[in-house]
Amino acid sequence: MVDVRFDTIAGIPPAEVGEVDLYHPRSWWTRYVFSQDAKVIAVQYSITAMAIGMVALVLSWLMRLQLGFPGTFSFIDANQYLQFITMHGMIMVIYLLTALFLGGFGNYLIPLMVGARDMVFPYVNMLSYWVYLLAVLVLASTFFVPGGPTGAGWTLYPPQAILSGTPGQDGGIILMLASLILFIIGFTMGGLNYVVTVLQARTRGMTLMRMPLTVWGIFTATVMALLAFPALFVASVMLLFDRLLGTSFFMPTLVEMGELTKYGGGSPILFQHLFWFFGHPEVYIVALPAFGIISDLISTHARKNIFGYRMMVWAIVAIGALSFIVWAHHMYVSGMHPYFGFFFATTTLIIAIPTAIKVYNWVLTLWRGDIHLTIPMLFALAFIITFVNGGLTGLFLGNVVVDVPLSDTMFVVAHFHMVMGIAPIMAVFGGIYHWYPKVTGRMLNEALGQFHFWVTFLGAYAVFFPMHYLGLLGMPRRYHDIGETAFIPASAHDLNAFMSVAALIVGFAQLVFIFNLIWSLFKGREAGGNPWRATSLEWQTPETPPGHGNWGKELPIVYRWAYDYSVPGAARDFIPQNEPPAKLSAQGAHP
Amino acid sequence: MAVAIILLLVAIASVVFHLFSPWWWTPLASNWSYIDHTITLTFWITGAVFVAVVAFMAYCVFRFRHQEGRQAAYNPENKRLEWWLSVGTAIGVAAMLAPGLVVWHQFVTVPAGATEVEVMGQQWQWSYRLPGKDGRLGTSDARLVSADNPMGLNPDDPNGKDDIVIQNDDLHLVLGKPVKVLLRSIDVLHDFYVPEFRAKMDMIPGSVTYYWFTPTRTGTFEVLCAELCGAAHAQMRSKVVVEEEKEHQAWLEKQRTFAELSEQGNVSKATYRIGSE
Repeated sequence: MVDVRFDTIAGIPPAEVGEVDLYHPRSWWTRYVFSQDAKVIAVQYSITAMAIGMVALVLSWLMRLQLGFPGTFSFIDANQYLQFITMHGMIMVIYLLTALFLGGFGNYLIPLMVGARDMVFPYVNMLSYWVYLLAVLVLASTFFVPGGPTGAGWTLYPPQAILSGTPGQDGGIILMLASLILFIIGFTMGGLNYVVTVLQARTRGMTLMRMPLTVWGIFTATVMALLAFPALFVASVMLLFDRLLGTSFFMPTLVEMGELTKYGGGSPILFQHLFWFFGHPEVYIVALPAFGIISDLISTHARKNIFGYRMMVWAIVAIGALSFIVWAHHMYVSGMHPYFGFFFATTTLIIAIPTAIKVYNWVLTLWRGDIHLTIPMLFALAFIITFVNGGLTGLFLGNVVVDVPLSDTMFVVAHFHMVMGIAPIMAVFGGIYHWYPKVTGRMLNEALGQFHFWVTFLGAYAVFFPMHYLGLLGMPRRYHDIGETAFIPASAHDLNAFMSVAALIVGFAQLVFIFNLIWSLFKGREAGGNPWRATSLEWQTPETPPGHGNWGKELPIVYRWAYDYSVPGAARDFIPQNEPPAKLSAQGAHP
Repeated sequence: MAVAIILLLVAIASVVFHLFSPWWWTPLASNWSYIDHTITLTFWITGAVFVAVVAFMAYCVFRFRHQEGRQAAYNPENKRLEWWLSVGTAIGVAAMLAPGLVVWHQFVTVPAGATEVEVMGQQWQWSYRLPGKDGRLGTSDARLVSADNPMGLNPDDPNGKDDIVIQNDDLHLVLGKPVKVLLRSIDVLHDFYVPEFRAKMDMIPGSVTYYWFTPTRTGTFEVLCAELCGAAHAQMRSKVVVEEEKEHQAWLEKQRTFAELSEQGNVSKATYRIGSE
């Protein structure tokens, strides 16, 4: 373990290059609006992501109203239902989770956790946010164009995505593709920044194997996103060309509403390969930052070092690498060559091994810990339960032949909501409750937090756990109304109604959370610099909230890994990463 | 304390829900009981892991919750434990994957004697085609689709003349006879989905996909579309009737071939032309 904990001060290299002066804002506008400070950009990203996320939340209420009580709400028809599911999925996966984890948590935490003053390219970082905002606005504008947003499903499969049988064929699909293209441009600018900052701007002593796992998670996810998003980018451009210029990248000879079209020679399956070459890594782009955050929350709030740190790092890297060779498990019944099934089922189930190691190491970190059941800890526990649940149902869907009856049913909907909806959102909430005191200087309200946690966790579990069984029964997804179907018993409709009521209650709890965010900003308890008594660098800043440049005059020097909790013989149950060994031995001698 | 109990209750409630759920797969009507068995096996293995992990967490939360004077242990790594857990997981994964791949091999290997049946999807209805006496289906092309030839069959292909074309009606299959279902579409993606058969495959314009199964139970089964295909996706329904050989022959007699249908089309066209003159 010598390489991750503290070795001697001789391990600290001298500074090779002098510090470059930061860009300093000169006015209110450049300080708070067109800011180049990663911390401000992080808050901008987070607020924008949560705002568009609220739209997706409202869409989920409308979907659940329709599914639970079909025919009751005359303002929801089949077309609108498809538009709701499409926008809900796209917003949640890309515009909320990806943006919040990488743009929000990444921007705030990377420079602080690695001991940098800011991202290495602050101007590009600023541009990244504004392009992202533009992408969000273009996406939101589709609600107001004639024909409304696209209803092609979040996977946007051609040919139907650009044909007239699908709602939003006019402006909706065009703007959706344009928005995705913008999002990827914006993300690439931010992503390059995160990667270069982690590789080049770490403070002295912060070796890669001393970085907190949050940084490892966000870093690996960003590298993956930089490799995966181009596939979606080209797929979007090609589909846009098919729609606007009449090319046939994805369009074979086909008939549209009885009329032969001019398309011919293209391959719909090609789109699916491109989409899922992005889409599967995307799952882990959302999951890896969550893994990192959860590791740090558990370690801090159980006052214990993360168990098997090196294994945790290698598991993150292995999952990141493997996730590029499993994409076609989304396509077992797509009509691709059936022999691909053997390969992709094998690679998919192999991913379960590094993933399981992460789960074991989280629960083994709890073992013989000193568990403080704070709100972040509760969310971390809920993350483990929902992630394990969703991960295990992934073993059904990944095992090619088991996927055949379950694909395109509510089982899939339940699985991916559990594993990449609820679980990452638990990490987001845990992370917000954990780092809010650093961002604002005040604690979030504990009582409201307890309410928010229990309603969200138990409510979401009550929505998505039973949903698996509707899928097992054979209920297909993307049906606005299952109607009279021989094999669907009346009790299934009652279960749908129950899930809808639970979903509405969970949705309400999120309003309490938003209220807490705003209320605590003014009335929350003063947090101090390090309320959780944590070791990592972001809690050791001279000011809270950290000022421009993060570290005052001197950059911190790192002497140890981020997990020195409850070290035997130490005076306190945590030793900050920047505490020199000499001081430690002095403390040890005079407790 | 309360937290530990609630965590444990989540695990227990999940298991109880599973055991008593009235929502379960539809009674099987094909040879794919292997698939059901693999799902059952997967439920056992994953269920055991889920309960074990959550119960262990609940125990830790109960046993090691913060109390005055507690100090956490300091143990960064335990190579041996991590090694054993990885090996155990690999064995569990292999126990699910191996039978899965064996069954997949059966699923993609069509038996030699299987009867070919064609299913065609279009927004938003199903059409079917059975080979005639020659036992072969004629070729088709989306470019040939017209009001008289809605399936786009090739009129110059002799194999296609005696093909039985079924539109806006149910598909009938023979009990106990393996069927290779050839799947195609003339507009967007569809998916011919009968829950009782367990099998499923997307239909893609421009290519022909397939799967095979043997009906093992007589009855009428509902057909749904399982791949989003536009506004009326949920209403794209049909029925499959599985029946004994004798009944099937009687049904076949009443169906019409492609040649008969196109003749009828020509006759009606001719009548129309005469009328307009």
